[in-house]
Amino acid sequence: MSTVSPLQSVPDAAGRFGSFGGRYVPETLTRALDELTAEYAKAQQDPAFQAELDDLFKNFVGRPSPLYFAKRLTQRCKGAQIWLKREDLNHTGAHKINNTLGQALLTMRMKKKRVIAETGAGQHGVATATACAHFGIPCVVYMGEEDIRRQAPNVNSMKLLGAEVRPVTSGSRTLRDAINEAMRDWMSSVDTTHYILGSVVGPHPFPRIVRDFQSVIGRETRVQSLERLGRLPDCVVACVGGGSNAAGMFYPFVGDSTVKLIGVEAGGRSSRPGDHASPLSYGSPGILHGSFSYVMQDEDGQTCDVHSISAGLDYPGVGPEHSYWKDAGRVTYTACEDDDALRGFDALAQCEGILPALESSHAIAFAMKHAATMKPDQTLVVCLSGRGDKDAAEIARLRG
Amino acid sequence: MTKIDDLFSQLRTSGKKALMPFVTAGDPDLQFTADVIRELDRRGCTMCEVGIPYSDPIADGPVIQASYTRALAHKIKVQQILAMLGKVSSEVKMPIVTMVSFAIIHRYGPEKFVADAKAAGVCGAIVPDLLVEEADRFSAICKAADFNLIELVTPTTPRERALRIANSSTGFLYYVSIAGITGERTQLPPDLVENVGWLKSQTKLPICIGFGISQPEHVKLLAPVSDGLIVGSAIVRRVAEAATRPRGEVLKEVGEYVSTLLAALA
Repeated sequence: MSTVSPLQSVPDAAGRFGSFGGRYVPETLTRALDELTAEYAKAQQDPAFQAELDDLFKNFVGRPSPLYFAKRLTQRCKGAQIWLKREDLNHTGAHKINNTLGQALLTMRMKKKRVIAETGAGQHGVATATACAHFGIPCVVYMGEEDIRRQAPNVNSMKLLGAEVRPVTSGSRTLRDAINEAMRDWMSSVDTTHYILGSVVGPHPFPRIVRDFQSVIGRETRVQSLERLGRLPDCVVACVGGGSNAAGMFYPFVGDSTVKLIGVEAGGRSSRPGDHASPLSYGSPGILHGSFSYVMQDEDGQTCDVHSISAGLDYPGVGPEHSYWKDAGRVTYTACEDDDALRGFDALAQCEGILPALESSHAIAFAMKHAATMKPDQTLVVCLSGRGDKDAAEIARLRG
Repeated sequence: MTKIDDLFSQLRTSGKKALMPFVTAGDPDLQFTADVIRELDRRGCTMCEVGIPYSDPIADGPVIQASYTRALAHKIKVQQILAMLGKVSSEVKMPIVTMVSFAIIHRYGPEKFVADAKAAGVCGAIVPDLLVEEADRFSAICKAADFNLIELVTPTTPRERALRIANSSTGFLYYVSIAGITGERTQLPPDLVENVGWLKSQTKLPICIGFGISQPEHVKLLAPVSDGLIVGSAIVRRVAEAATRPRGEVLKEVGEYVSTLLAALA
């Protein structure tokens, strides 16, 4: 990395990103979180750990993922050159595998015998089930009933990979409730079980660990940009639910002041409360799932229901580092509505022959609009966080 | 000296132990919660924990979680709960403490929460998601207001850390009996008595045990080693029936249930 920004020297030892982050969890979990913090610190100093992860990235995941010039999409938008960081080409079809392999290696180091995970769109569930199958670790995945309905192909994949999928029937029966249930399981099994959290959310050290494992996206993009474009991109765009693909994409660019970073949240049906899942755009600082960050909450601190066409973005909170970047003014956050995301999906499918995940379609839709405001000699990179096979049936259902 | 300090001082002098029931505010409504609190007091319970419903409880099992969901379905607000407690606290002998997520306290405003709770006659708060590392500021606010911040130790807490928590906690120390979520259990961990005994030898702070306790046998086993016992899900499960059965019957059953526990404590 050419420059190291003070904005990259977070979190501190307490897991704080400025005022955000920290640990707001029951006391029962602190020993496991301390153990994970210590083991991760040791792993970072262990060349064998990084070598094993690098080998898995190269030979199991298929990294580096390509940086692809979307020529016809660029012609359609009549502005900046649009490039795609193809995380959809990773093994299991999304960026999620980067984090699950890293955390599965940590699970082995900690000698834990079982893994639990939560999933919204199912991509993290599939990636966790895959990593666990690779290492031979029993795996239970919590998933909201509504998401099980929306993401049947991924549910089937998890089962084929040997994972047990436990439906969650409480609350809104989506990702937020799946996280609650996974935390409850962990409370009762913490001595033997590692919780592979799927995004840059949750108590310290999860936001840092997940960001670090996902930063391979931004590091590769940086190198590829210098090689292919001869310079860094002018703008980088990624979708933000919990925010793991965006954190991994943005973090290596945070010190590069010439690179504009834009996160795109789920604007849902409208800006009215309950119609979207955009805590950075419309929420306020509060506590959810173990950390202090922007959340969708009412005047009493109760978490609000949220909506997104994309199961992976249908979450009322966001990673604390995004809150930090927002308040520091380093990253701009905006929202893109369901209908726009569908238009982004269609555009990429029809112009480039790529079916993007509905999550990534939010970033594509925004990038198309934004590229049109930029000059033809400028470049914009979109993190194409996952592929859209899982969403094809739901899109067909929505369109009747 | 707070009302809770006075209470434990008296209990120790008389060689007695505390029974602390837990009820969820607003399940099925605030009127019934007030009635249950009065009934628990009439039966001789020592202190009452009132759970302020939270949309995303992590430490709670299905019984208490469901009671929170029912209460929140009626759009119950913190100010309404404090207004109810303000009325009932002056009618009962037992001190009242709240079990409340820090998500709620943060949003409400920590200073305002302590001031309003105190004005409602609440003596302290148990904040299950506020770890000792994060508690400094709120702890100072509580101390300045002579409001107890009751902290938790669990079976997974290393001993050195348990002592740090005991030094920070006021009123009493909440010892969580099991590594898990709230809920009734038939078996308690075999090393529970020994672990609480060790902690009791290290601190003068009263120690009360909660999570999993529901039977007179549990009370008999744990009373000698603790200063008090906390019973939650077994009461909340009975109170839940007030939504579908005559309230007088449910109230009587709750009262009779705590009486069996009080008898085991005597």
